[in-house]
Amino acid sequence: MGLLDQEFTEGNIVIAKTEDLFNWARLSSLWQVGFGLACCAIEMMATSASHYDFDRFGVIPRPSPRQSDVIIISGTVTFKMAIRIKRLYEQMPDPKYVISMGSCSNCGGPYWEHGYHVLKGVDRVIPVDVYVPGCPPRPEALLEGLLKLQEKIRNESIVKPIRSGFVGKTA
Amino acid sequence: MTQYSIQNTKDSKLKTEEMVLNMGPQHPSTHGVLRLELVLDGEIIKDVIPHIGYLHRCFEKHCEAMTYPQVIPYTDRMDYLASMYNEFGYAVAMERLLKIEVPERVDYIRVIMGELQRIASHLVAIGTYGADIGAFTPFLFCFRDRERILHLFEITCGARLLYNYIWIGGLSHDLHPDFIRLTKEFIKDFRPNVKELNELLSYNRIFIERTANVGVLPLETAINYGVSGPNLRGSGMKWDLRKDDPYSIYHKFDYDIPVGKGEKGKVGDCWDRYYVRVLEMEESLKIIEQAIEQIPEGDVTSAIPKRIKPPEGQIYTRVENPRGELGYFIISDGSLNPARVKVRAPSFVTMQVFGELCKGWMVADVVAILGSVDIVLGEIDR
Amino acid sequence: MKTAEEIFNQLKEKFGSSIIELRTDKPVESFIVINPLEIDKICSFLHDENDLLFDSLMNLSGVDDANGTKEKDEKGLETIKGGTLSVYYHIESTKLKHKLTLKTSTPREKPEVVSVTEVWKGADWHEREAYDMYGIVFLNHPDLRRILMPYDWEFGYPLRKDYKNPEFYQGMKVPY
Repeated sequence: MGLLDQEFTEGNIVIAKTEDLFNWARLSSLWQVGFGLACCAIEMMATSASHYDFDRFGVIPRPSPRQSDVIIISGTVTFKMAIRIKRLYEQMPDPKYVISMGSCSNCGGPYWEHGYHVLKGVDRVIPVDVYVPGCPPRPEALLEGLLKLQEKIRNESIVKPIRSGFVGKTA
Repeated sequence: MTQYSIQNTKDSKLKTEEMVLNMGPQHPSTHGVLRLELVLDGEIIKDVIPHIGYLHRCFEKHCEAMTYPQVIPYTDRMDYLASMYNEFGYAVAMERLLKIEVPERVDYIRVIMGELQRIASHLVAIGTYGADIGAFTPFLFCFRDRERILHLFEITCGARLLYNYIWIGGLSHDLHPDFIRLTKEFIKDFRPNVKELNELLSYNRIFIERTANVGVLPLETAINYGVSGPNLRGSGMKWDLRKDDPYSIYHKFDYDIPVGKGEKGKVGDCWDRYYVRVLEMEESLKIIEQAIEQIPEGDVTSAIPKRIKPPEGQIYTRVENPRGELGYFIISDGSLNPARVKVRAPSFVTMQVFGELCKGWMVADVVAILGSVDIVLGEIDR
Repeated sequence: MKTAEEIFNQLKEKFGSSIIELRTDKPVESFIVINPLEIDKICSFLHDENDLLFDSLMNLSGVDDANGTKEKDEKGLETIKGGTLSVYYHIESTKLKHKLTLKTSTPREKPEVVSVTEVWKGADWHEREAYDMYGIVFLNHPDLRRILMPYDWEFGYPLRKDYKNPEFYQGMKVPY
């Protein structure tokens, strides 16, 4: 932090657009709902634990949806659970983001054909911002997904809506 | 910690009403998507009604649609903390049905993988148990060591969590040339870490206060409910399928079966169940060490049948999974697909006894008891 | 330590016609076929008798035998009429270290088996699961509800061989 200390000790002023400031603040401390579903949840836990350290991107699990910004759907969504996930999503305050982690929540994964109790893709109940492929995705893949989400937030505007859902393409 | 008998509170002159508290499916301490309906008298638990099925992924239906080898990736996804052992159990069951003898090297590698998996699984159980009760540091320490094991699996088969490595009659690949060296290094580094874990968590005063004497599971109840694995051994019974219903080559190794002794409280309390897991990790290290010394050379894919079409019949085979008795009941109708695969999941059975364990304890103890029985929802719901 | 044959003879002597037969013709495992409406008495005998002591239920599984007549409707979907559903019990004695497999069959149209929860409490959820997946009704069961599927699932029993998935459940599309 030595560099920044010197920058700010002499009462310097930083000029930025409100939008940029908001976006920067939002993307640097995304609190996720502390919530796991299936196998991918274990990888999500591994991502938060030592070795991969999710914390360095400002992501920490919050037990309550009312205090979180992002929900990571980590695993197979069943019909019984889909109703609860929708409720959880509705309880989160705006702005809220969704990362769909793993094949199961992207499209049903290995259960797409015979899974009589599996919802084929969480995007059938809630809107998804970033899809992370893999079964299960490696922690690095989840980190990449988070960076994509940060990129998306960086380009958001408070006046005009984002032009399309695509990540990394500015309007 | 004291257990309250519900009759006493009934006699009091204050009129009380039952309250129903919902816990889960989104709750940081339910280890997944379990929903518990707690019937409370004030803070005291009168009854617990578990609701499961939030992760019901239709495993048994998939088995009927798949051929026998295709079932293996799905067995991985049942108990996702002990995938290697799920494959192991399925492979043992199928080999008994098909009457295949596997090469010796295959058996050795399976045992090494299975025991490494047992350590990895117990590390998650211990780490999250600590985190549930309020000790976050052991969680990070346990995951640090678990990453080492996952690395060993990764160099062997390319996957960290769900392997598809143990096949019917053999293995998908042989070991990586570095595997033996890295495993030896891991064992050398891990032994002191267990001691460290004991100092940090097992003999921590706060931890003992939260777990000793809490949620005692009497042996008779445990057997009547069919509880198995570390939970049964925590209640003081020396019962391990590796010795009591032998499979693979476990008879060749010298190891102990740790049981709960009521060191800090009563036999069968949460601390006993927890500590059995710590001791089991050390026993697994012993098995791995011996297996690495004795492992013979050979081919690991030679006994894999080209086309698997078992004769008409049925078999029930069980293995000692990190959570207890994992049974596969397979019915074959003589075709390429199984007619029925039923899995006897250890957590499914253990979860039934949970209501009995919680009666008379406080709400905060529910978390302590739930962590100590170590469930995996993927296996309960399948 | 007793073999299946010895136990079969012992049961046959005690219960007579409720014990139907001992099947040893299938490879790997032999099993005893018994009457579904007498199973609770037989099991409590197996549990309590001094030289049997079957104190633990390892597994209880419902099975669709699919041995009825198969009919196809105009869409090509198959339904099965008649035939049986079965329940397998795998029990063991942890003290005497012997194991036994019991089988009981019940008609598909009106599947009824007596519950063994009185004998082994661990049978509770296994029986609920068999009810959930196959619709086998366990008489005298204390709490026979669906367990894995949602409580309001009204589209039948998913593990039956002729199960058909619905198009929608609570507004969510079911097929891919």
